[in-house]
Amino acid sequence: MTWDWALDGWIILAGVLSATSCALLGNYLVLRKMSLMGDAISHAVLPGLAIAFILSNSRSAWPMFMGAVIVGVFTALMIEAINRYGKVETGAAMGVVFSTLFAIGLVLIRQVADHVDLDPGCVLYGNIVQIPLDAFGGGIPPAITNLAVVLALNAAFVALLYKELKISSFDPELATTQGINASWMHYALMIMTAVTTVANFEVVGSILVIAMLIVPPVVAHLLTDRLGAMIALSLVVAISAAMGGHVLALFGPGWIGLDATANTSAMMAVVAGMLLALALLFSPHHGLIGRAYHRWALAQRIVQQDILGLLYRWHEMRPGENQPLPREHVLEAVGDGALARWAIRSLLRRCHVESRIVGGCERGLELSKEGRAAATQLIRSHRLWEVYLAKHFNLPPDHLHEPAERMEHFITDELHEQLAHDLTMPSHDPHGRSIPEPDNP
Amino acid sequence: MIVRTPPKKASSSAIAGSLQAEHDVAAPVSIHDMTVAYHRRPVLWDIDYAAPAGQLIGIVGPNGAGKSTLIKACLDLVPRASGSVRFFGNPYKKQRRQIGYVPQRESVDWDFPASALDVVTMGRYGRIPWCVPVRRKDRAKALHCLEQVGMADYATRQISKLSGGQQQRVFLARALVQEAQVYFMDEPFAGVDAATEQAIVILLRELKTQGKTCIVVHHDLQTVPEYFDHVVLLNMRIVASGPTAETFTSENLHRTYGGRLTLLDKAASAVARLGTD
Amino acid sequence: MARRWIDILNCPTRWAQSLSRKSHSSAFWVGLVLCLGITFSLVRPCNADQGEPTSATHFDNAHTGSQADGQPSTSHLLIRALTLRDHRTRVVVIGTTLLGIAAGVIGTFAYLRKRAMMGDALSHATLPGVAGAFMIMGTKNLPVLLTGAAATGVLGVLCVAGLRRIPRIKEDAAIGIVLSVFFGIGMVLMSLVQEMNTGQEAGLNTFIYGKAAALLVQDAQIIGGVTLLVLLGAVLLFKEFRAVCFDSSFAASQGISPTWVDFLMMGLVVLTTVVGLQAVGLILVVALLIIPSAAARFWTDHLVVMTLLAGLIGAVSGWIGSTISASAPRLPTGAIIVIVAGCLFFGSMLFAPHRGVIASLARRWSIARKVALQHLLRALAECEELADRGKTIPLEMVLPKRSWSAAQLRRLIQRATRLALLERSSSSSLQLTTAGRIDAERILRNHRLWEMYLIKYADIAPSHVDRDADEIEHILPVPLVQELERALLDSEATPPSPHGEEGAAR
Repeated sequence: MTWDWALDGWIILAGVLSATSCALLGNYLVLRKMSLMGDAISHAVLPGLAIAFILSNSRSAWPMFMGAVIVGVFTALMIEAINRYGKVETGAAMGVVFSTLFAIGLVLIRQVADHVDLDPGCVLYGNIVQIPLDAFGGGIPPAITNLAVVLALNAAFVALLYKELKISSFDPELATTQGINASWMHYALMIMTAVTTVANFEVVGSILVIAMLIVPPVVAHLLTDRLGAMIALSLVVAISAAMGGHVLALFGPGWIGLDATANTSAMMAVVAGMLLALALLFSPHHGLIGRAYHRWALAQRIVQQDILGLLYRWHEMRPGENQPLPREHVLEAVGDGALARWAIRSLLRRCHVESRIVGGCERGLELSKEGRAAATQLIRSHRLWEVYLAKHFNLPPDHLHEPAERMEHFITDELHEQLAHDLTMPSHDPHGRSIPEPDNP
Repeated sequence: MIVRTPPKKASSSAIAGSLQAEHDVAAPVSIHDMTVAYHRRPVLWDIDYAAPAGQLIGIVGPNGAGKSTLIKACLDLVPRASGSVRFFGNPYKKQRRQIGYVPQRESVDWDFPASALDVVTMGRYGRIPWCVPVRRKDRAKALHCLEQVGMADYATRQISKLSGGQQQRVFLARALVQEAQVYFMDEPFAGVDAATEQAIVILLRELKTQGKTCIVVHHDLQTVPEYFDHVVLLNMRIVASGPTAETFTSENLHRTYGGRLTLLDKAASAVARLGTD
Repeated sequence: MARRWIDILNCPTRWAQSLSRKSHSSAFWVGLVLCLGITFSLVRPCNADQGEPTSATHFDNAHTGSQADGQPSTSHLLIRALTLRDHRTRVVVIGTTLLGIAAGVIGTFAYLRKRAMMGDALSHATLPGVAGAFMIMGTKNLPVLLTGAAATGVLGVLCVAGLRRIPRIKEDAAIGIVLSVFFGIGMVLMSLVQEMNTGQEAGLNTFIYGKAAALLVQDAQIIGGVTLLVLLGAVLLFKEFRAVCFDSSFAASQGISPTWVDFLMMGLVVLTTVVGLQAVGLILVVALLIIPSAAARFWTDHLVVMTLLAGLIGAVSGWIGSTISASAPRLPTGAIIVIVAGCLFFGSMLFAPHRGVIASLARRWSIARKVALQHLLRALAECEELADRGKTIPLEMVLPKRSWSAAQLRRLIQRATRLALLERSSSSSLQLTTAGRIDAERILRNHRLWEMYLIKYADIAPSHVDRDADEIEHILPVPLVQELERALLDSEATPPSPHGEEGAAR
C-alpha cells in the first residue's frame, strides 16, 4: 500500500474531526453513566435520516440534521417516559426504544433503496475512503466541512457551558437548586449527540461513533483526576486512535502477510480499544500493573513487619540470651513463599536483621539496632491498639490479638501518639506484657 | 411516581391575600398544608411549620418518616401534592440565592474528576451567569470556605481520595460558599468521624451567630439536645415542634417513635441533664 | 365501564395464573411438548421437498432484487404465508417463532437480573467470532461459524464483567466499550475477508442484519434445538434463576452460587443470541431478548406467568413478523419482527390493566378527584364543628382551610352540589345535605383515626398507610379501630386537629 497525502490526508482529517467531536461529548455521557444513551441514539437516528431522505429526496445536510435533532430528543423522551411511566429500568428502556427505532429505520431504508443510495451497511461502518473522491476539482470535500462545523459546535457547547455541564453532571439536584435546570442540560446533550452522530454517519459509521463517544473518555478518566484534563486527554486519545487507525488499516494487514487493506473506521475503533488496554495495564493508579505493584508492596511491608515483630517477641521471651531465631522457624511462622524470602532478603539488605550461623550449619536471624527500633515501634502499636480495643469495645483478651495484628501495619505515627495520649500512657497490654517505650536515639 | 395536582393559579387577589395570611412573612421558611405522596402513599401529610429565624433546627424522626423528603419538597426537588412553601414570604424561585443545600453524601458519584476546590466552587455557579466561566474571586471565596472547614490542605485532592468526614466537610464548604440565609442539611453527621462532627457543630454555631437559620436532618437522638435549639419531631406529620427543652420530651419522642426505642430514655435523660446544667 | 374493560383484559393473565398455581412446571412441559412437535413437523417435510426451496412469497432478498412484475396480490400472499403453504415460508415462520420463544423465556431472566443491555454487547461481540472462524477455517459451515460466534460472545461477556470491576469504569461504559471495540475488530476482519476475495465470503454480512428469508431447514433445526435447551434450562434451573434474579447475595447464602447461575444464564443467552444472528442479525437480536420480557412485565407480577407470557409474546412477534414480511416486497424480516415486538410492547405499556400507563393515569385521575372531594367534605365537617350543625357555612371560612384556589374550590363545590352532597344557600355560603353530612362526618372520623394511628402505632408501618381508603376498617383490623376510637374519645381534651397543635408550637 502506498501513502498518498491527497487521499490519506483527507481521510485522516475526517477521522480526527469525527473522533474529536464524539470524544468531546462522550466525556459527559460517560460521567453521567449514560454511555449507552450514545449507543441508543446512534442507532435510533436511522429512521430520522430515512424520513429526512424521503421527505427532501436528497442527501443535503439540513434535512438530515433536523431529522437527527427531532429523533434525538424523541429518543431521550421515550426512554425517560418508558422508564418513568412504565417503570422499566433505563437500560432495558433504551434497548426497547433503540432497537424498535432501528428496525423502523431499516424498513424505511429498504423502502426507498431504489431512490436514495443509502446502504444499511454504510450506516454501520461508513465510507471514509469515499471522502476525498467527493471533492470536486480538488476543493475541500463536503463531508469535511460538515464534520468541521459539528466539531466547532461541540467545542462551543462544551466551552461555553463548561460549568453548567460540570455541575449538572456531578450533582443534578444541586444544579437545579442553583437555577441551572439539569434536565435542560440533559436534553441539550442529547441533541448535540444526535447531531454529531448524524454528521458522522456516512463518514465513519455508527459503530465508530459509539467507540469514540465512550472509549477515549474512559481512557482519559483512568489517567487523570481533573475534568479539564480528562477532556483534553480524551481528545489526544481520539486523535491518536484516528491516525493510528488509518495507518494500521493501510499497512497492518501487510505486516502480517496479507495483501489487503482493512476498513479504516473499524480499525480506528480497534486502535481505541488497544489504547484502552494500554491504559488499563499502565495507568499509575487504576492500571492492573500499578495496582498489582501496590498490592505486592503492601504485602511485602506486612510480611517484613511480621518478621520484625516475630524476632522482637523471640528476643523478648529470652532476655539476656543472645540467641538468633532459626531461619526455618521464621519462614514457618510467616508462611514459606517467595514473598517471605524476598522480605528476609530485603530486611537483610536494609540491615534491620542480621544473619548468623547457629549450631551446625543452620542459619538464624536476629534484630540489628535499627531493626530493634522499628520492631519496638511496631510492637508498641500492636499493644496500644489492644489496650484501646479492650477499653472501648469490651472485647475479651483472647479476641484482641487478631484485630490488632491487622491494625498494627496501618497505624501512623500521629495516630500512635494520639492512642498513647488517649490511653494515658499505659505500661502493659491486656495480656499483661509490657508496652515498650520508643527507643530514644 | 408522584401524584401531581394541576398547578394552582393564584388568580384572585382574595386568594393571594389568604395565602399570605397563612404564611408567616418574617419566617425564613414557612410551610403551609404541604402533602407529598408517592402513589397513594403519603410520605408527608399536612405539614404546617414556620421555622424561627436564626436558630439551629433539628428534624428528627424514625426511618421512613419523610425527613429528607421534607427538605427536598421545600426546595422543589420533589413535587408536592398540595401546599406551598415560602422563604421570607416569597416562593423558592425568587429566593434561590438565600438558600443553601447540603445533600446526602451518597447522592453523588465521588469518582467524578473534580478536586475538593472544584466541588466547593460549584456552590457559586448559581451566581455566575450562563456561559460565563468561573471567576477568580469565586475561586478565592471557595478556597476561603475550604479553610473555614479546615480542608484547605486538601483543596487540590481528587474527591474520591478524601475520607467520609472530609467529603462531608467539602459539602459543607460548598454550602457556605453559597452565602445563604437559610441552610438545609440532609444528615450531615451520617458516617463522619468524631473530629468532623465537632467541626460541623462549631460551624453550625458560627452560622447561628451570623443570624443564619440551619435546618438539619439528624438521626442521633442523644446529641439532639446538645446540638439544636429547636426540634421538629417528624413522622409523616409533624408530631411536635418547638424549642428543644420543651419539645424534646420523652412523651413526644414516644409519640414520634411509637415507643420502640430504648434509646429514648437515654435521650430524655440527656434533656434532663441539659436542664440542670 | 373502565373496570369491565380491565376485567376483560385481565382474563388471560388470570387464566395463566390459575394454570401456574396448579403446577409450576406443567405449563413449561406443555411448551416443551409443543416445541418438540413443531420441530418434528418441520423435519418431516424437509425430506420430501428438499432441494427446491424456491418460494412464491416475498421474502426480502437484497441480492436477487425486487421482482415487481407478475407478482400475485399482497392479500393472496398473506394468505399463503398464513397457511404455511410453501415449504420456505414454513421454515422461516417456524424458525423465527421458535427463536421468539427461546429469546422471550431466557430474556425474562436476563431482564430481571438487570442484564438486558449485556445482550447488546454480547451480540456485537459475536462478529469477530464469525469472521475469525471463516478466516481460519475457510468454510461457511454454519456450526463452525456459530461456534466462533459463541466463543467471542462469551469473551465479550467476560470482558464486560472484568471491566466492570475497575472502579473508574461503570457498567454502562463497560458494555459500550465491549460493544464497539469487538464490533470494530469484527468489521476489520470482515473487510480483510472481503478483500482477500476467495469468492466465498458473500453471505457473512447476513450475520449483521440477519437474513431470515435464507433460513434453511438446518438453521431452523438448530434454533429448535436451542429452544429446547433454553426451555429445559428454564424449567430445571427455575428456582436458582429466580433466587439469583431476586437477591443474589441471599441466594449465595443459601448455597446457590450466583457466579455459576449467572454463567449458565448467560450461556443460554449466548446460545440464543448466536442462533438468532442468522434470523434477525446481531444488532436487533437484543430486541428479542429485551422487548418480550419487558412487555410481559406489564401484565403480571408472577414470575412463572411472566416467563410464559414473554415466550408467547416472542413467539407471536416471530410468527406475525415473518408472515408480514413474506407477504409484501422489501420488508426485511428481522426488522419487521422487532417492529411487531415493539408494537406489542407499547400496546402492553399503554393498555395493561394494572401496570399499564392508561390504567394508572385513570386510577390517579379518579383518586385525585375523590381526594379533592373528600378534602372539601372534611373541611366542611370541621367548619360545622366550629359553627353549629346544620347551619350555613360561609365560603370565607372554607377557603383558608386548605391551599386551594377560589376557582378550584368553586369547581369542587359545583361537583359536590351535583352529587347532592351540599346545597348553596346563597352565593357565598353553603350547607351540607343529610347525605353530605353523613359522608363528611365519616371522612372526618377516618382522618382522625388515621392520625391517631400514626401517633400510636407509627412504628408499625407508616408507609403502609393508605389514608384515602374509604374506610379505615378495610385496612386495619376492627379491634384496632375500636381501640383507636377509644383513644380518640380520651384525647378530646387535646385539640384533635394537628394544625391547631402547630399553632400552639409556633
